[in-house]
Amino acid sequence: MTPSRPYKETPSYTATQNACKMCTPLGASLVFQGIEGCVPLLHGSQGCSTYMRRYLISHFKEPVDIASSNFTEETAVFGGGANLKLAIENVARQYAPSMIGIATTCLSETIGDDVQLILNSMDNSINGTALVHVSTPSYSGTHVDGFHGAVAAVVDRFNPAGKKIVYRPKKKKTINLFPGMLSNEDLRHLKDIFEDFHTPVTILPDYSERLEGPSWQEYQAIQKGGTTLSAIEKMNVSVHSMEFGAVLALAAEKGQATAGAILNKRFGVPCTRLPIPIGVKAMDRFLDTLSQISGQPVPERYKKEKWRVVDTYVDGNKYVSKKRALIYGEEDFVVSMAGFLAEVGIIPVLCASGGKSKTFKAALEQTLPENLIDQIIIQNDMDFTCMEETAAGMPEEMRPELIIGNSKGYAMARRLKIPMVRVGFPIHDRVGGSRILHVGYKGAQQLFDTIVNAILTEKQTESRIGYSYM
Amino acid sequence: MTGERTITVNPEDVKKEILAKYPPKVARKRGKQITPVSSDEKESLQVGANVRTVPGIITQRGCCYAGCKGVIMGPTRDIINLTHGPIGCGFYSWLTRRNQTRPPSDDAENYMTYCFSTDMQDEDIVFGGEKKLKAAIQEAYDIFKPKAISIFSTCPVGLIGDDVHAVAREMKAKLGINIFGFSCEGYKGVSQSAGHHIANNTIFTHVVGLNDTISDAKYKINLLGEYNIGGDAFIIDDLLEKCGISVVSTFSGNSTIDQFANCHTADLNAVMCHRSINYVADMLEIKYGIPWIKISFLGPKSTAQSLRKIAAYFEDQELIDTVEKVIAEEMVPVEAKIKEIKPRCEGKTAMMFVGGSRAHHYQELFWDLGMKVLSAGYEFAHRDDYEGRQVIPDIKIDADSRNIEELEIEPDETRYNPRKTEGQMKALEEKGFQFKAYEGMIPDMAKGSLIVDDISHHETETLIEMYKPDIFCAGIKEKYAVQKHGIPMKQLHSYDSGGPYAVFKGAINFYEEIDRMLNANIWHYLEAPWQKAPELSGKYAAE
Repeated sequence: MTPSRPYKETPSYTATQNACKMCTPLGASLVFQGIEGCVPLLHGSQGCSTYMRRYLISHFKEPVDIASSNFTEETAVFGGGANLKLAIENVARQYAPSMIGIATTCLSETIGDDVQLILNSMDNSINGTALVHVSTPSYSGTHVDGFHGAVAAVVDRFNPAGKKIVYRPKKKKTINLFPGMLSNEDLRHLKDIFEDFHTPVTILPDYSERLEGPSWQEYQAIQKGGTTLSAIEKMNVSVHSMEFGAVLALAAEKGQATAGAILNKRFGVPCTRLPIPIGVKAMDRFLDTLSQISGQPVPERYKKEKWRVVDTYVDGNKYVSKKRALIYGEEDFVVSMAGFLAEVGIIPVLCASGGKSKTFKAALEQTLPENLIDQIIIQNDMDFTCMEETAAGMPEEMRPELIIGNSKGYAMARRLKIPMVRVGFPIHDRVGGSRILHVGYKGAQQLFDTIVNAILTEKQTESRIGYSYM
Repeated sequence: MTGERTITVNPEDVKKEILAKYPPKVARKRGKQITPVSSDEKESLQVGANVRTVPGIITQRGCCYAGCKGVIMGPTRDIINLTHGPIGCGFYSWLTRRNQTRPPSDDAENYMTYCFSTDMQDEDIVFGGEKKLKAAIQEAYDIFKPKAISIFSTCPVGLIGDDVHAVAREMKAKLGINIFGFSCEGYKGVSQSAGHHIANNTIFTHVVGLNDTISDAKYKINLLGEYNIGGDAFIIDDLLEKCGISVVSTFSGNSTIDQFANCHTADLNAVMCHRSINYVADMLEIKYGIPWIKISFLGPKSTAQSLRKIAAYFEDQELIDTVEKVIAEEMVPVEAKIKEIKPRCEGKTAMMFVGGSRAHHYQELFWDLGMKVLSAGYEFAHRDDYEGRQVIPDIKIDADSRNIEELEIEPDETRYNPRKTEGQMKALEEKGFQFKAYEGMIPDMAKGSLIVDDISHHETETLIEMYKPDIFCAGIKEKYAVQKHGIPMKQLHSYDSGGPYAVFKGAINFYEEIDRMLNANIWHYLEAPWQKAPELSGKYAAE
């Protein structure tokens, strides 16, 4: 196909066709699933809860409950206060939750319901259940903004300014970790790492148990697992905070009140911001930082894991070297994945995201070597249609040979006839989406093996003979 | 018919247990939607359906937009369905239902894999989104040159006052293709049922009757309320074709806009899902004189009955004979399969909470295997779907249903053509033929069973604990919670990407699926709680 426009100029449309993003309350709902005993409640039409439950469930394949204030036409006209109160009372009574996480929707935001005022009138709690509110109008930002917004809202609520610091633990130095939107397996791996460093950690959110639990011996109104409120309340006495996400870091630099920034400003808890540790280089940086903060040496097993993966990089290099990949998803995820691809020799020729932070490119510039930046296309606020057209319009020597991202890119991969490796969220056309390990040396190892094998499968499929040695 | 084994749990006790968890006001309200079938005397039973869900009770219901865009318009392949709103609604309704479609060729129009949205941003909410909507329609037209474009309103659209209908009229005049809008904001009505109504009314107003070409097929029917989940409509079409009956239009599985436009040329309307579409059947009768009958292609007995009913309507011996021949032929493998599988399933129990008719129609497939249905209920049905159409005049019109437009339909001046004279209809009725008759779910519910409308998560758990079913049928939102109890869960919304389950061939698929689910080895690795702690069982035995 001859490109109809200059290479690197991406198409632009009024309508979004096949979006590469979800709406803000979905991100907030996921965060609330990662807090022990918390029930998420969406202030809006019941359809919002139903759609988002359905979506999260199709990825996690686990029960996901999200309550709703069930707006009706009347509520939309006269305000949702009464419905919200009733919803809170009913959730509290049925579930006896530790917390109800209330996220708004485009409906309640458009009519201008002052949720905080309503919650203040209830003293922000009901029968010992904490009520936490995050504003998530779906016409602003993406699910990622809802995610970070909810993390910040929870930290803000339980670590209010002026909170008296009752103790500073001397020996066990807890670290706060705000990992961003990672898989269950990622969260479990991070917990193991901290354990190996003999360093207590509070990860917010942690849905790795609740959204991947065993069969029930007895009925669980709310599945077990998640960050406890008592741990969240103590985040202000932690020795350090770590926040993952290169794009998020740039936002914090510009003054966005991230969870780490709130704790830093109010309580002087230092905050180190790192890219999501995908790939060897990013993982090195994370472990070095952790070692410095915790005062613990990097455990031997991670050194072994690292050299194992580097050895595999070497062995597999001939299959991946100079291969061209299209990668898409949440901005921070794409930035870190691109970093990993670059380090193994794959050129991320098209880095795309539906997010629109305006710092996507800057974050990639920090991550990728300079010579690479000049060759590749970086585009945020992009949908799958533009992505596909851009990929198809690239000069042949730049056109992607591999597609890396969530299930939503499948139709594109199919039309472009390019093999696809599934990572990120949502994955609803494969099992095990929540068990994909992206972070750490181990994650790099698994990603590398999967990518190489995808390339080999393609080679075998294309071969007329069908050789069984590589 | 409804199974031989008696149910040993007292449904009144289950109801009491469910309501105990609610505050008195909520309990009173929910109580009306939970109906124990305590005796064989069922005529007085009522189910308070189609009422608002109490805020904070986690419902499985969707919204008006979901019913309109996802359910009714979702299976249409050659209309560009454009969501006007922020991105979530469009994204979440992007090919999520498993309605299949079969375009005539690979390069024929099929927009089902696309998701179009105006993706409203802050500035659109503040300054209005009509301009963006017009531009998006123009753009869709420029790129795809579709036959039609439809616009779906999401919650904020109604609030900020965007007039999607005015935009549709303007763009229709400008572009010369059919363009129409749906006022299906999520907060309207009490469930997706409101959205079905809005979608169907709009199709009736803007599409039906636009193409008067009459095909020369001998027996022409429309299939109303069949959404082609898992390819059901394909095998229904195949079966009808085998009998010599042709389908002019299916609402809306595997449909095209031209078929909708032409549907008034059919001679009979056969209604599958009563809930989502019975009013369209009524309107087609009033305006064009096409009678309608209720049918069901789920379960071999219902399928046979439905085929016979269609044949009887046309009063043609040749058709009647063909239908009998087809039924006899198709029943051979069905009976063989039942004989093979029934011994492994007999005596087991099921529950189903889904839809506006599936929770009723699917029961037959379980009875075939000697299984019993302990409890059932709909997600978004109305009273007539439980109690039968005779209650329709008694249904109270509340504020929520008043907001959904009822079309005033008159006979068409030129095209009203009663397919049967009053005398012919009467003669058929005297022979036992029933036009527009649906008795609802209640007559088929066994003594000791419990009907629960708009079941919530907490209620599901209570039912499982007290009734201990062997299999549970609902949707993906319930699936994994139910399976945590060690109970296999079958999705009857999406079929777990299985199917087709309709007509004779589909029944065989379904029996095999139930057999697999009930008798899979994996269940030996987990035990339901009452199997581990036997003191939980038998506590509520009433008989």
